[in-house]
Amino acid sequence: MNKVFKDAYEAIQGIESGMTVMFGGFGLCGIPENCLKVLAESTIDQLTCISNNAGIDNFGLGVLLRKHQMKKMIASYVGENKEFERQFLTGELEVELIPQGTLAERIRAGGAGIPAFFVPAGYGTEVQGDKEVRIFNGKPHIMELGMTADFAIVKAKYGDTMGNLIYNKTANNFNQPIATAGRITIAEVEILVPYGELDPNHIHTPGVYVQRIFQGKEYEKRIEFTTTRS
Amino acid sequence: MSLDKNGIAKRIAQELKDGYYVNLGIGIPTLVANYIPEGMEVILQSENGLLGIGPFPTPEDVDPDLINAGKQTVTAIPGASFFDSASSFGMIRGGHIDLTVLGAFEVTEKGDIASWKVPGKLIKGMGGAMDLVAAAKNIIVAMQHTDKEGNSKLLKECTLPLTGVNCVKRIVTNLAVVDVVEGGFRLIERAPGVSVKEIQKATEGNLIVEGEVPEMKV
Repeated sequence: MNKVFKDAYEAIQGIESGMTVMFGGFGLCGIPENCLKVLAESTIDQLTCISNNAGIDNFGLGVLLRKHQMKKMIASYVGENKEFERQFLTGELEVELIPQGTLAERIRAGGAGIPAFFVPAGYGTEVQGDKEVRIFNGKPHIMELGMTADFAIVKAKYGDTMGNLIYNKTANNFNQPIATAGRITIAEVEILVPYGELDPNHIHTPGVYVQRIFQGKEYEKRIEFTTTRS
Repeated sequence: MSLDKNGIAKRIAQELKDGYYVNLGIGIPTLVANYIPEGMEVILQSENGLLGIGPFPTPEDVDPDLINAGKQTVTAIPGASFFDSASSFGMIRGGHIDLTVLGAFEVTEKGDIASWKVPGKLIKGMGGAMDLVAAAKNIIVAMQHTDKEGNSKLLKECTLPLTGVNCVKRIVTNLAVVDVVEGGFRLIERAPGVSVKEIQKATEGNLIVEGEVPEMKV
């Protein structure tokens, strides 16, 4: 098997306009910077993007947004992006806001072959909509569906040539569930090693989920709110 | 005198117990971490995948891969653990977190909460708030009793889009500690120097006042 690609540009070949793409990351933490950059430089548009957040105005998913490459965004929180709020309020961008836990579980369930499940989050709110409601343990739950994508793009600290991935600290976040839910999963990693070097006990994402992997480069790893103590 | 943000946080910290796993929302709730009693072990959970949030880092120790749910850089305490977002919300939804503290725009006498959306203005998304209020064992809301125009935020019905229904148990405001009970809000404590009458005036929902209402000890 050869999963190793040269770079982001090679790795995104096959992503077409109109597709549904999932992106790992929480805010700017653990985002697949290299793939986002080459996507933003491409003519691919009309994308349905699934990610917890929408980046900031000039970085991360925010760039795809500014260049009007997104038809629809599915996320749980888009507060740090003014352009997003603007496109949302004018109706230029279709938006689906999903509770963060439900979003994570829909993706996890999608990758795990679970078509539907019931959760309490959102019952009695606009999230409920016309979804099926059932009572469990005396408490109402709404039915949510497993979610998959044409492509899943994740970022890890370590990866090997068989596609195994290890994430770093809170840069894991949505990457781990998302890696399981793409028809094709692309992983960009900071350190790519030959298979056999990563401890099997420490693998977060077994290689079966990853079809394409490449050594990333020039990570900015921006921080939204640097907060320190004296 | 009505409490300031730190006063509210200090009062909420009195609800903490040794060994508690706690999730603190952004805003006033984060201040609760500053008032954990000396010698009490409280482990803070961050919904983006960290159990054991430590203090903010020194400038040299800032790590872009180590942030809290508000996207601020943090540290992790000895004994902390990292995990993915699906596991994190499994921890929350599965009822493993002992206490959740979050802010709100409005709370009702039935325990409904509106905290995430102001139609036409503030549509940032709900983030993890709906998951937290729907599943948490114990929810305390930290908020001002009235808004900037002096309108009550403790209502009969929410006017803003809901985050959750029948889920709030206790509210700590700048004026009072209030519990949601059958029939309405029960006044538990008054902020130091604040009268029952003041609190009644500031509460649009049904306020149940029984007997002598003690002052908070903050």
